[in-house]
Amino acid sequence: MTKSELIELIASKQQHLAYKDVELAVKTLLEHMSESLATGQRIEIRGFGSFSLHHRPPRIGRNPKTGEPVALPGKYVPHFKPGKQLRQRVNGEHQAGR
Amino acid sequence: MALTKADMAERLFEEVGLNKREAKELVECFFEEIRTALEEGTSVKLSGFGNFDLRDKSERPGRNPKTGEEIPISARRVVTFRPGQKLKSRVEAYAGSSEQ
Repeated sequence: MTKSELIELIASKQQHLAYKDVELAVKTLLEHMSESLATGQRIEIRGFGSFSLHHRPPRIGRNPKTGEPVALPGKYVPHFKPGKQLRQRVNGEHQAGR
Repeated sequence: MALTKADMAERLFEEVGLNKREAKELVECFFEEIRTALEEGTSVKLSGFGNFDLRDKSERPGRNPKTGEEIPISARRVVTFRPGQKLKSRVEAYAGSSEQ
């Protein structure tokens, strides 16, 4: 499922909203989430999961062509940990109260 | 402080002009539709952000870390998230306050 298919699906369930508004809302949500991670703030959505940053320490890489060593600085990478409800639903464990 | 659904709804109220109830419902619907797609075995690709993919893992041997007892970890399907290039480069630039 792509972003535009997700927008169509949400618009079909939120019929009181104009398609354009749903489209803008989904883009705003994703931008808000990206912006949050880009400033080092984690995201916590109960029943869905949490997004945080993991640190990758600096290392010595190599230029694959010349074999020459290259110093690579440390960096952060986004990490997602699925929440309990998502884990169970994806694994076909149907639980009450979802 | 972590970003929550309430913060996201507030942003939709401010920037998109949805009323508070609509904004709250939309945020709920957004995450629910992603969960439903994944539950049905469909991966979700949100360009600029990342992809939620599914992986089928086979049974493997495990151990109870407390008792040392061997228990097999059953076969299961799990969700993985692969951040997109755009999100990766935005995050990489984060200098960090070393708290994460």
